[in-house]
Amino acid sequence: MTRAPLPLPQAPGFLETRRIDRWWIQPTLVFLGFGAFIVYSTWAALQGNNYFTGGPTHPGAQQLLSPFYSPVLWDAAGLHSGHAWFGQQPAWWPSYLLFSPALFILPFPGLFRFTCYYYRGAYYKAFWGDPSNCGVGEPGFRGTKYRGEQKLPLILQNAHRYALYIAILFIGILGYDAWVSLWSIDAEGAKHFGISVGSLVLTMNVVLLGSYTFGCHCWRHLIGGRQDCFSCHKHQHAAWKRVSWLNQRHMLFAWMSLFWVGFSDVYVRLCSMGIWTDWRIVG
Amino acid sequence: MSVPEAIVHEHDVIVIGAGGAGLRAAIEASAGGAKVAVICKSLLGKAHTVMAEGGMAAAMGHVDDRDNWEVHFSDTMRGGGYLNNWVMAEHHAKEAPDRVRELEAWGAVFDRTKDGRILQRHFGGHRYQRLAHVGDRTGLEMIRTLQDHGVHQGLDVYMEMTVVALLTSGGRIAGVLGYDRERGRLRVWRAGAVILATGGIGKAYRITSNSWEYTGDGQALAYEAGAEIMDMEFIQFHPTGMVWPPSVRGLLVTEGVRGEGGALRNSEGRRFMWDDIPEAYKNQVALDEEEAWRYVCGDKSAQRPAELLTRDHVARCINREVKAGRGSPHGGVFLDIAWIKSRVPNGEEHIKKKLPSMYHQFMQLAGVDITKEAMEVGPTTHYCMGGVRVDGDTQMSSVPGLFAAGEVAAGLHGANRLGGNSLSDLVVFGKRAGEHAARWAKEHGAAPVDSAQVEAETARALAPFDRPNGENPYAIQSDLQDVMQRLVGMVRTKSELEEALGHLDSLRARAAKCGVSGHREYHPGWHTAIDLRNLLHVSEMITKSALLRPESRGGHFREDFPAKSEECTGFNLVARRADDGSMDIDRRQRAPIRPDLQAIIERMK
Amino acid sequence: MSSHSHPVTDATATRPVEFKIWRGDAKGGAFEQYTAQVTGGMVVLDCIHQVQAEQAPDLACRWNCKAGKCGSCSAEINGKPSLMCMTRMDTLPADQPVTVEPLRAFPSIRDLVTDVSWNYEVKKKIVPFKPREPDRPDGTWTVFQEDVERVQEFRKCIECFLCQDVCHVLRDHHKHDEFIGPRFLVYTAALEMHPLDTADRIADLKERDGIGYCNIGKCCTKVCPESITITDNAIIPLKERVVDEFYDPITRLLRIFRPK
Repeated sequence: MTRAPLPLPQAPGFLETRRIDRWWIQPTLVFLGFGAFIVYSTWAALQGNNYFTGGPTHPGAQQLLSPFYSPVLWDAAGLHSGHAWFGQQPAWWPSYLLFSPALFILPFPGLFRFTCYYYRGAYYKAFWGDPSNCGVGEPGFRGTKYRGEQKLPLILQNAHRYALYIAILFIGILGYDAWVSLWSIDAEGAKHFGISVGSLVLTMNVVLLGSYTFGCHCWRHLIGGRQDCFSCHKHQHAAWKRVSWLNQRHMLFAWMSLFWVGFSDVYVRLCSMGIWTDWRIVG
Repeated sequence: MSVPEAIVHEHDVIVIGAGGAGLRAAIEASAGGAKVAVICKSLLGKAHTVMAEGGMAAAMGHVDDRDNWEVHFSDTMRGGGYLNNWVMAEHHAKEAPDRVRELEAWGAVFDRTKDGRILQRHFGGHRYQRLAHVGDRTGLEMIRTLQDHGVHQGLDVYMEMTVVALLTSGGRIAGVLGYDRERGRLRVWRAGAVILATGGIGKAYRITSNSWEYTGDGQALAYEAGAEIMDMEFIQFHPTGMVWPPSVRGLLVTEGVRGEGGALRNSEGRRFMWDDIPEAYKNQVALDEEEAWRYVCGDKSAQRPAELLTRDHVARCINREVKAGRGSPHGGVFLDIAWIKSRVPNGEEHIKKKLPSMYHQFMQLAGVDITKEAMEVGPTTHYCMGGVRVDGDTQMSSVPGLFAAGEVAAGLHGANRLGGNSLSDLVVFGKRAGEHAARWAKEHGAAPVDSAQVEAETARALAPFDRPNGENPYAIQSDLQDVMQRLVGMVRTKSELEEALGHLDSLRARAAKCGVSGHREYHPGWHTAIDLRNLLHVSEMITKSALLRPESRGGHFREDFPAKSEECTGFNLVARRADDGSMDIDRRQRAPIRPDLQAIIERMK
Repeated sequence: MSSHSHPVTDATATRPVEFKIWRGDAKGGAFEQYTAQVTGGMVVLDCIHQVQAEQAPDLACRWNCKAGKCGSCSAEINGKPSLMCMTRMDTLPADQPVTVEPLRAFPSIRDLVTDVSWNYEVKKKIVPFKPREPDRPDGTWTVFQEDVERVQEFRKCIECFLCQDVCHVLRDHHKHDEFIGPRFLVYTAALEMHPLDTADRIADLKERDGIGYCNIGKCCTKVCPESITITDNAIIPLKERVVDEFYDPITRLLRIFRPK
């Protein structure tokens, strides 16, 4: 029965394939899409201003807060968003370091996306060609030294569920922001209900982020997928089925929410800069 | 061993074939303490059993508690035109439920009833809902379960091997000669007992639902070893095979489509199956479409749709419609499941869920969406009721030490097999064959291998290489399929059968001179040359047996004798090799049925 | 990668199609050109058979059911791992030659036939099914449809090994000694999620089976002819079970207080 193993065919060379479709389009689009988001979000996070509208210093305007900056722990020096938990930029912050409220916030959702099962598969292909695409040869340097997620450093991706726990907290906070965006404060300090385009943008943002977050593979596992006997755990089964529905569309919501969260920042930023006007629809 | 190139293996029991019967036999023989080898033509897990769709019949009574082994027994006998080996029919009906439960214990995952038991579905010829199933891929479930269980039972599996001869010594079995398809090296397996589980003969015909492996190897090997081959005139033409496009003509459309409510219609839109209902089934057919639909929905007071009559009858009705000019554009009739959308909520999803492989098969191969359009179907060669004549208790053939189980064995199904009785046949008689073969091997030990026989058979197997300029074996196989399809098909007459015998003689002469060139590694031309020997044997058996049964019954229909004959109920036809090498067919009188079993049949009529 | 729904209409018109078929063995080989006469509804396997019957009787090719049910005729058609029997000619571009070559993640034997025996060895090592004690005196169990549906998806597998072939861990990195591949992760998932099974394969998954080598590119899911959602439904849930057992401090802590 046993016999000397036959040699495996030589591994395909870099980008070698006999696929005749335009296989490079997909990884290229992913590269451009993620790349654009990373560049923009980094730039926006480093600005440290124009991250809100309304509040005590802009009476009458709807209170919008950029999701990149939420929650605001400390407002940047001289700014009063009305969202800050602990007031102004702390005195102990070294003066030679750039301060932006977003720097305390953005790493957490960033980590959730970085460790997300969908994103992992996508950026392994688009950013380091592992593989370049299905059935397309990889750069030869990894060869049999490939480590995948079996060993350090990428074994750390297994902590994804902890990033999820934080991401769920953020859904709550962004939900609160969407609620706050329905109110404006007049010069006397009285609150007025109203719905502006910005309120809708921020509400849509939390819906899309929620659809993405609650379609997470870890969530699907924890909510019920870990059970073998569904009929013994009827509620978990019902929850698992709903999460599975979102999970099947995880990629879709990943992209939609990524685009929308970036757009939300753009929207708030341009309104804050006075370039766009946040049209009020109701109230 | 005087053949220096042959590799020799020693075992207690050799199983040839790794479908449901072969694997079940091997597991049982191994459990009986034997050292077992399984030899198969394909890779493990690819055998024809994977093609079985509808389910396995077992009177468990999970859905309809009126069902029991007696009903199953009488259904099987009635379906088989009472030519069945009644010993086997009794064992089968009694033991099938245990074999289903055993599969579950080994990891099979059947569809479930609402109260958490194994679900059973309707099928043609079965009085109650009886088929344990997994969607429409029950065969895959069976073979995977047996395979995954079997590999942990210490079996030696020899994949992609062709057996060219059974080795005998003093009239009993001594081993097997074959070669590996990968390198073409000859091998001898010595063993106390050999179990044939090689399946059927479909590749003798042009239009068949069978895979390439079905070249009648077991029937032919046993015949050459001196065993008796019985009932070869009974070939089942499954009523519903694909007819379009041509490259998939014959591919099976599961009876499950009709079980789920599928209607057969002619070009006028008429459900023509109600036009001709046989006497024996008059009381078991719905009066109209309404009652038929209630039956499909599980109403126990309703009778079945006429589409769910036995396969032989449905196939002939389709043939009749096509010949009368009421067929579909490509020479079949319409099988319509889409109509049930008017009866079930969310019908499209319902169809996809109940018949996923069929949906997939038509979508991908014919571009037809069965949830919207009717399928075009026509009869296709599907199953061989005949095969090696075996003892009903032990499955041993007339050659001591040679056993047979599954399609290659004759007896259980008589003149016509009921759908769903095949998968249960495999495991019921696979188990029996394994058990008795292991016992026989232990009691009788191994016999010496006759090296002269090995040499002669080796030379015969390699002979095509001596004729590199001989005729291409593919061409001969193709001509053989045309002859059998045209002259020995579903409807037979004396003159055509005699004409076929003449063609078979000349094909045999051509085959003796066919040749191949080149190396022995994975040489499909050579493999075809070997298959051809077997196909010619079984084709001759079918044709000669068909000539000698002057009646119509089950899978054998004679246009010149269109009725059942009382006299013919008394015998089975048995083929065996005469001393001069020619094929003898004789009438074997049937043993009278045990009175208690006869009483059951009378009671269920 | 999707089902095709072009209706087959014209089966009489014949057109010649160029084929480039890989011929050779473990020592090496090259593409050779053949021409097949194609009519409507023909699949790639029909063309290979035509070439065998008329031009190259020794062209080695493995096939069996020709109905997409046995998973024998796996090959790479225009660079895409596919079943030859289920790839209709009219779904391929008509204006360029069709390349057909053997699977690349396994040793070549001859022409289109590869040595897939590694798969059988891998499967043997996976801890077999071990059911709990029967629930009923007749030796059967009470199991509901919702309990088996997840496992039934995995059991649709026809073992064509296309997923193994396309997986870069095997194809490019040759990790055959450390990684069992998508097929056997699906197989393990079917056992682990089986409502009756009592055996534990999680430690094996982490170490011996190398589940961490999978970097979830989903190529396996894309080539599966049975449309099994390999990555999302089998591999990732198993990865999460490995996390429960080995990487998550909270679940590990909980297990101390709530032993299984």
